[in-house]
Amino acid sequence: MITELLSLNVLIGIATSGIRLATPYLYAAIGETFGQRSGVLNLGVDGMMLLGAYAGFYVAFTTGNLWFGLLAAIIVGAVMGLAMAFISVNLQAEQGISGIGIYLFGLGMSDLLFQKTLGTVETVKGFRSISVPYLSDIPIIGEIFFQHNILVYGAFALVPLAWFVLNKTTLGLKIRAVGENTQAADSLGVSVSGVRYFTLTLGGILSGIAGASLSIALLNVFQVNLTNGLGFIAVALVYFGSWRPGGVLFGSLIFSLVNALQVWVQVLGIDIPSDIAVMMPYVLTILVLVFTVQRTRPPSALTKPFERGE
Amino acid sequence: MGEASSLLSGTARISHLEMKGIVKQFPGVLANDHVDFEVRAGEVHALLGENGAGKSTLMKVLYGMYKPNEGEILIDGLPAVILSPSDAIAKGIGMIHQHFMLVPSLTVAENVALGLRSSRGMLTDLKVVSERVIELAKLYGLLVDPSAYIWQLSVGQQQRVEIIKALYRGAALLILDEPTAVLTPQEVDELFVTFRQMVRDGHALIFISHKLHEVLNISHRVTVLRDGRVIGSVATEEATKEGLAQMMVGRDVGLKPEHKKVDVGKAMLELEDLWANSDRGVAALQGVSLQVRAGEILGLAGVSGNGQRELAEVITGLRNLIKGRVILGNKDITGKNPGEIMEQGLSYIPEERMRDGMIREFNISENAILREHHTQPFARRGFLNFPVITQYAGELVKKFNVKTPSLDTPAKNLSGGNIQKLILARELSRKPGVLIASQPTRGLDIGATEYIHTRLMEQRQEGTATLLISEDLDEILALSDRIAVIYEGQIMGIVERQNANAENLGLLMAGVRE
Repeated sequence: MITELLSLNVLIGIATSGIRLATPYLYAAIGETFGQRSGVLNLGVDGMMLLGAYAGFYVAFTTGNLWFGLLAAIIVGAVMGLAMAFISVNLQAEQGISGIGIYLFGLGMSDLLFQKTLGTVETVKGFRSISVPYLSDIPIIGEIFFQHNILVYGAFALVPLAWFVLNKTTLGLKIRAVGENTQAADSLGVSVSGVRYFTLTLGGILSGIAGASLSIALLNVFQVNLTNGLGFIAVALVYFGSWRPGGVLFGSLIFSLVNALQVWVQVLGIDIPSDIAVMMPYVLTILVLVFTVQRTRPPSALTKPFERGE
Repeated sequence: MGEASSLLSGTARISHLEMKGIVKQFPGVLANDHVDFEVRAGEVHALLGENGAGKSTLMKVLYGMYKPNEGEILIDGLPAVILSPSDAIAKGIGMIHQHFMLVPSLTVAENVALGLRSSRGMLTDLKVVSERVIELAKLYGLLVDPSAYIWQLSVGQQQRVEIIKALYRGAALLILDEPTAVLTPQEVDELFVTFRQMVRDGHALIFISHKLHEVLNISHRVTVLRDGRVIGSVATEEATKEGLAQMMVGRDVGLKPEHKKVDVGKAMLELEDLWANSDRGVAALQGVSLQVRAGEILGLAGVSGNGQRELAEVITGLRNLIKGRVILGNKDITGKNPGEIMEQGLSYIPEERMRDGMIREFNISENAILREHHTQPFARRGFLNFPVITQYAGELVKKFNVKTPSLDTPAKNLSGGNIQKLILARELSRKPGVLIASQPTRGLDIGATEYIHTRLMEQRQEGTATLLISEDLDEILALSDRIAVIYEGQIMGIVERQNANAENLGLLMAGVRE
């Protein structure tokens, strides 16, 4: 049985789905990276993803236009990001707790809207694969990397882009400074609130896209709790990746490959209880966090609300 | 020096800045009561006063962090509106805060560039910034490597970055809020060289400090504030330490506690080859051996972060030892828990008095019996005996001169000085054989400092063995019988009182062994 798993076709299949499945992790975790680098822990990612997934699916389903769906997911994500910013910046609420609130709101709201508007599980024809000219013809490599839909390419393009913004632009410098020492940033005329509003809204938008990538590009359905906790893994991936886009990419690939492996193990009917297989990515999350958390240091101002002194 | 002349840094100078009739009212407190203050190009004007005298408030008004209720600011005769730090910076006013405003995980150049418009639009222009930093550094003797990370720099170097940051933003007038508080004597000398150069170049400097000898050394004029009012302004040439202290406090103060001869007894605290790690897991103590004898104060001098905190925690049982032995009296207390150690007659005045010395939300009575709340007569069979506790706390408050509205006041509402007196009252009333005093007067005003010093000297007279851990060299020199210097977790040397001075201790503090 194990030998079946090691055949070339299956290995290519695992790698290809690994790349595909990394998509929602990447969008959500890169968005979360921005938030955390500016000092805000947003635990509501999963809720934002669910609402984004619902909005994207519903609009695409009713209008028949996937781009409208994507736009709807972006708008819903931005609104949720703004809400998180208002709660954590203006109201200075405990970030961990308000994030859980946002998550539960997203979970409940997407469920309610689903029941009221769709009622049953429908499907859409999601974004189609685009074969990159020439590159997709390369044997093996082409199949694994260059025959995906637009959202997959977008997710991978986001990684160097995020690195560039964080490390090479004045905006990135402000984000990093606010995440480490809010007082210092404030004393130099950097708007701490402005920076955090920006990163959280961006995080919301990317969470929305992450959700839509599930509902209109990868799975092409919407159902209750579609994300199944994926947003929380994305938060863990930010820690795993040491708050760096490259690290987040590495972590996302590991998780999506384990996921792909798990799916293929079931597809091939290998004699492991399916519950154990499904558990694998989550067990891995815990193990990874246990072994990495000592190694790296989070941004100093993470979870600390900012208030002008005295 | 005409109107148009500019500074070496290229900035236009501020010939004359005047604050007139500044009033700042906080709920219940008049922090600044019609304060007049002025500073001119080419001078250091020192602003002196106790904690709460209104120095910081006045400077925060000048730097745009507070809006005054009344009064105006004139720059070169013209009214200036300063509503935010950005306004102040735009007008050529810079401020070096007591707690550095630096981001440790960023480089020097990144810290300087933060918040500035970049010559490359949205992209950072760190090369341009670095060149300019080097240029400014050369002009004023502030050498730092622009590509170094802040966390790699010493405190003295970090301060240079702060000054460069202000100069880079075109500061012609600099507010220096206790700039020497964390430096070694040698670093202070270097800093003063820079200040003199800036003044010669036409900068105006406002120097806030409570170290009188530094004020006398660097300033041209001194203005003293007390209770929000200007008590007087004098030319430094005509000022004396005693005169300034008297103006600050409003009465005569003994600046140096009397150091009577005391017969030194046997060793009460023996530390043998102590090794311990810091919170980050780095070796913080590397083989420290010391002895403190009855009736003596052993001063432990050193720049902050060289293992002082870890040493105090190891002795009091708050931190685990890797290796070594601690002997109290004649009992080996290595590895015992803090409660057991305290019962052997050790008292502790912790460095972080608000965090480790008190429970902020508890009232005075509760804090007074924290140490012995479970013993007779304060508790019987697990029940607290409130009449006894209240009476006892009342006595302590009276005896140690703690100013508090009532015994039910939460500790967090007291001033730093009164909190420290309360901790002292609790710790000394146990008649300890050994006292560990960490930074006992840090942040306290002259009056409270004088009081604490007197009490420590009394305790010495009574035969207590005191380990005085302090970053304030003046305090160490004034109180100690012997002075040990710690550097990177090792004792660099022990100097007898009569041979100790700022120079030889300063070298040891910098890790230079003669």
